[in-house]
Amino acid sequence: MANTVLDTTPHEAGHGDPSRRDFIHIAAAAGAVGALGAAVWPLVDQMNPSGDVLALASIEFDLSKVMEGQQVVVKWQGKPVFVRYRTAKEIAEAVKDDNASLKDPATDASRHKDGKAQWLILVGVCTHLGCVPNFGGGSFGGWLCPCHGSIYDTSGRIRSGPAPRNLDLPEYAFLSDTKVKIG
Amino acid sequence: MSGQHSTYEPKTGFTRWLDSRLPIIRLGWDSFIDFPTPKNLNYWWTFGGVLAMCLGIQIATGVVLAMHYTPDAGLAFNSVEHIMRDVNHGWMIRYIHATGASMFFLAVYIHMLRGVYYGSHKAPREILWILGCVIYLLMMATGFMGYVLPWGQMSYYGAVVITNLFGAFPIIGKGVTTWLWGGFAVDNPTLNRFFSLHYLLPFMIAGVVVLHIWALHVPGNNNPTGVNVKSKEDTIPFHPYYTVKDGFAMVCFLILFAVFVFFMPDALGHADNYVPANPLQTPAHIVPEWYFLPFYAILRAVPDKLTGVLAMFGAVGVLFALPWIDHSKVRSMRYRPAAKLFFIIFVLVCVGLGFCGANPPDKPLFGDGGIGFTLGDANLNSFVWLSRFLTAYYFAFFGILFVLGFVEKPLPVPDSISTPALSEKKG
Repeated sequence: MANTVLDTTPHEAGHGDPSRRDFIHIAAAAGAVGALGAAVWPLVDQMNPSGDVLALASIEFDLSKVMEGQQVVVKWQGKPVFVRYRTAKEIAEAVKDDNASLKDPATDASRHKDGKAQWLILVGVCTHLGCVPNFGGGSFGGWLCPCHGSIYDTSGRIRSGPAPRNLDLPEYAFLSDTKVKIG
Repeated sequence: MSGQHSTYEPKTGFTRWLDSRLPIIRLGWDSFIDFPTPKNLNYWWTFGGVLAMCLGIQIATGVVLAMHYTPDAGLAFNSVEHIMRDVNHGWMIRYIHATGASMFFLAVYIHMLRGVYYGSHKAPREILWILGCVIYLLMMATGFMGYVLPWGQMSYYGAVVITNLFGAFPIIGKGVTTWLWGGFAVDNPTLNRFFSLHYLLPFMIAGVVVLHIWALHVPGNNNPTGVNVKSKEDTIPFHPYYTVKDGFAMVCFLILFAVFVFFMPDALGHADNYVPANPLQTPAHIVPEWYFLPFYAILRAVPDKLTGVLAMFGAVGVLFALPWIDHSKVRSMRYRPAAKLFFIIFVLVCVGLGFCGANPPDKPLFGDGGIGFTLGDANLNSFVWLSRFLTAYYFAFFGILFVLGFVEKPLPVPDSISTPALSEKKG
């Protein structure tokens, strides 16, 4: 007797109001997906740079160590940064090519700080696949990447080869005439 | 596994007791002892066994090497030298592991080409083929990450170039590479995670190998005629016939393996990898290991960065679709003269692409640069143009296979596996 009553009541309720059961199914599934996502996200995000890696965001460099025509490579965020003391001839060549046919057009003036045309500070990572270009190679007086033959000019602009962009400029600021803060 | 009647009969009290609780001996018996196998399998079919052996060797030597290796950017290079100089038998174990990677890829390429030639990817073996492609992808990931672990110059710049490939994708590229590196460049966090994954993936490969063998044992082996097994006359038991044949092939393969390990252990590597990683100086000429050279050549053949990356991934991805691209009713190319010709060219093209990948792109093919003229962005007489032609054929081959499925007139196919063996010497 009691069984019959218990059997029919939810049955009829189910027929009369199917959306309540559907709602519970959908809510349960959505909750499970949300919980799974919340559990998986830390396992994915742990691979992103950790706090101590992010803390090494900036360095200071003493420019008096660099002679005219010389390049010093410093490590910043694990990457090489080229600090180049350019000669007047190199600056002139770079300015002359401002209107040449460039893959990634940029004027030389946009690639150094105002009044500091002699200091070219670049991220020394080829924009193709990340190798370190060598200074003095290539036909534009700048850098040649040994991996796939990208050639950069005296302003670090891409002139030939598979790299899509000019060498990146790091964020930097002159603290004094001889001191620069990179990052 | 094959759904056929099992012939295993437990003989002792213990095996009867075990068989009614966990029929694991029955599983092994049905899979590797009494498994009915086509009687005409040739030596190209022995590479499955060779590959299982290679996986076993890599896991055994790898577990041992991990007991002495230190996954730290400051210590990794020296710990490898410690293995080479101080650890008992360390030099041999490491050379077996390093050479083993090359041997593994050599065997897998033969195994895959055998599959394409004899139509082993066609119905009802599509899943078997796709699982094989998954194993190959996992092998490439494992091989790449293992090569990074010694933290030499080639290790480091190999990691730089390969991880930068993901940077070619718009919008997500930069975030993905930073996530892969765990920093702003390849560094200690990258090395640590590569070690973790290099240890994990071989066991995942082993898992997929189990599925691969399962999927093999449902339809059973294909065979050189490509004709289905029709009667019991067409098959012989796996043991002793193929255990002995596979065993003999393994011994021959191990001789080649030993020649490399003991007489020219560094022949397949690069001298630059005995220089510790220097993030500030790229070596003059970087190349991947030989087994990645064809894909590297495809990458460099395309002038646009993203398109090049897509072409390289596509060269592997197209293999997954092969069962539907190559839709000819005749399985074995033994009876497909046109397909056979294009297949042989394809094999030569793959070798040629490997040759291109090993050479600088702007190097002239003939002479010292005086010959030839500039076409587009490079001299026609250069490896970059050769690799463009070969890349074009690599992809065209799959289109040709698709078209041949409609237009090719195949040779007469024997009625059964037993027919050609009885009526003529060579099928």
